[in-house]
Amino acid sequence: MISIEPRQQISRGMRIAIPIIAALMALMLAAIPLAFAGAPILSAYGQMFTGVFGSVFSFTEMLTRATPLIFTGLAAAFAFRARLWNIGAEGQLYLGAMAAVAVGSGAIGAPAFVMVPLVLLAGALAGGIGMLGPAVLKTRFGADEVVTSLLLNFIILIFVQMMLEGPLKDPMGLGWPQSEPIIDAATLPRLVSRMRIHAGLLVALVMALVLHVVLGKTVWGFRIRAVGENAAAARHAGIAVNKTLLGVAMVSGALAGLAGVSEVAGLKGYLTADLSPGFGYAGIVVAMLAGLSPLGVVLAALYVASVFVGADSMSRAMGVSSFLADLVVSLSLICVLIGGFFARYRLVWHRKENAA
Amino acid sequence: MMEFLDIFLNESFWAASLRIATPLIFGVMGALVCERAGVLNLGIEGIFVVGAMTGWMAVWMGAPLWGGVAAAALSGAFFGLLHAILTVPLGLSQHVSGLGITLLATSAASFVYRTALPRVDSPPRIIPFKPLDIPVLSDIPFFGPVLFQQTALTWLALLVVAVVWWVMARTPLGVALKAVGDNPDAVAAQGLSVYRLRIGAVVAGSALMALGGAFLTMSAFDAFFFGMVNGRGWICIALVIFASWQPGKALLGALLFGMFDALQVRLQTQAGAIVPSQIFLMAPYVLSILALVFVARRADYPRALLKPWFKGQR
Repeated sequence: MISIEPRQQISRGMRIAIPIIAALMALMLAAIPLAFAGAPILSAYGQMFTGVFGSVFSFTEMLTRATPLIFTGLAAAFAFRARLWNIGAEGQLYLGAMAAVAVGSGAIGAPAFVMVPLVLLAGALAGGIGMLGPAVLKTRFGADEVVTSLLLNFIILIFVQMMLEGPLKDPMGLGWPQSEPIIDAATLPRLVSRMRIHAGLLVALVMALVLHVVLGKTVWGFRIRAVGENAAAARHAGIAVNKTLLGVAMVSGALAGLAGVSEVAGLKGYLTADLSPGFGYAGIVVAMLAGLSPLGVVLAALYVASVFVGADSMSRAMGVSSFLADLVVSLSLICVLIGGFFARYRLVWHRKENAA
Repeated sequence: MMEFLDIFLNESFWAASLRIATPLIFGVMGALVCERAGVLNLGIEGIFVVGAMTGWMAVWMGAPLWGGVAAAALSGAFFGLLHAILTVPLGLSQHVSGLGITLLATSAASFVYRTALPRVDSPPRIIPFKPLDIPVLSDIPFFGPVLFQQTALTWLALLVVAVVWWVMARTPLGVALKAVGDNPDAVAAQGLSVYRLRIGAVVAGSALMALGGAFLTMSAFDAFFFGMVNGRGWICIALVIFASWQPGKALLGALLFGMFDALQVRLQTQAGAIVPSQIFLMAPYVLSILALVFVARRADYPRALLKPWFKGQR
């Protein structure tokens, strides 16, 4: 007879070990699809590794890919801490990108020290408002924010396509549905010459630090954690739960919006409807791998970005579909969930006569 | 205005409504069975994708059409079992596990598709289900084209509604299933296995969801495309809440939805010159959100929905 007993305490070592074991497990499980595709397994892994760590360029490419994932990972982690299920980061990312393009592609002309903060602010605001909608529907009408924020992703993506064929369309774009380019003054500066890595990464790292301090050291952070752990008890203790949730929604949406700004103003230079290959959804995996800790998000985003960049390189070299990366990332989520179970509970074997 | 009314007099509008509603009927019934047993299954979107890909690919590789349907159902059941193991005996977050299943199932389907067809821009087509065209019945004015010229899968969907309703309302299994979603302790006290009931419901419900996907590639279209599911699964989750977890209301919700979508397509051709087409494309999602907002307050959730239950713990 097996029974499940909750552990008294989850040790710090376990908190750190579980995501690492989960990530390794997911990478090992990737051998199954690799074998299915008929690829030589060991050299495929080798190719994935050198695809990330083989050159300075490939390493900076990985950091470039990690940048939006840090933002969306923080967006998910911050919201989930308060048990606000923001699954709409993908849409909020596009709202942020649209705001950046609206402000930063020539409508306003100002020097860089004005323009860069301006596009960041505009994108954050747009993303924040994007999550405020589902949060208000939750607090006012009790509508499940999981479903509303998910459905909003589809609405926003169609809206982007509409804007790109209308007001945001680049008249010089040769008929392609793309926006006008971001002006130089509003472009996030490159960090290394001849590499694509840009200042969006620094903004993302600062945000991770800020959230770490907010959650751990401020009264607001205490309230957020209280609401997340037990909303009824928090309300009883005099915390304005709905007000806290709306604030969390604004910040979470703003972070996802910054991912969009960073991609548009740091990397691509203009907006298209395929700006994000699912960064919003991958952010959920990043947040869970990080155990919802803001600093953990940075490490988890580096891992997920490595999987994507490494698998891309392996895919080019060996012809295995790059969907392998998505498989590994989603398997990591499943593995870390299972790991979370073993952190919180232990299985206890009873002899028959002792069974309760 | 007269043109607008003409839409409703046209039998092709009603036939299209039922056709568009079919995958939603499968999905809504699948989600309803899972949730009635107390398990939210957000894997639905990915299970739609996997069902669509598996059914189509099985037929492409030479299986008969019904063999493809069976393969799709099995693929759904597989991912359902995974979700069930994670959320029932392990009691993990149903939200996160479900999203994980959606990501995993979607990427697995995409990976298998790309591995089988490495460099194909337009996927090979299969010969899909044909409209039944029943003698005599199909020739009845109006009802003939609307009801009796649908494919067998649409009829299967309606049969599923009847079976789910009958099981829920009339059988001991249905009573146990509803009880396990409302008060698992009481079910356990009667000596029934909470785990088995919940796992069984999630597996069966997920197989139904996959049939919704299979309808897309085997009846509505004749090939698999990336992004073809396009949020239909999430819409089903909203429709179940809208239907307060009642099979009859869920059928009604799916049909209403099919009607609005069919209407949207026809309005697009009439008003396309004045209003951007995207406004119409947004309509289904906006409608789902509105449906949620209007019923959310009086929604009568299965009381143990989202709550894990462990053997031997009170």
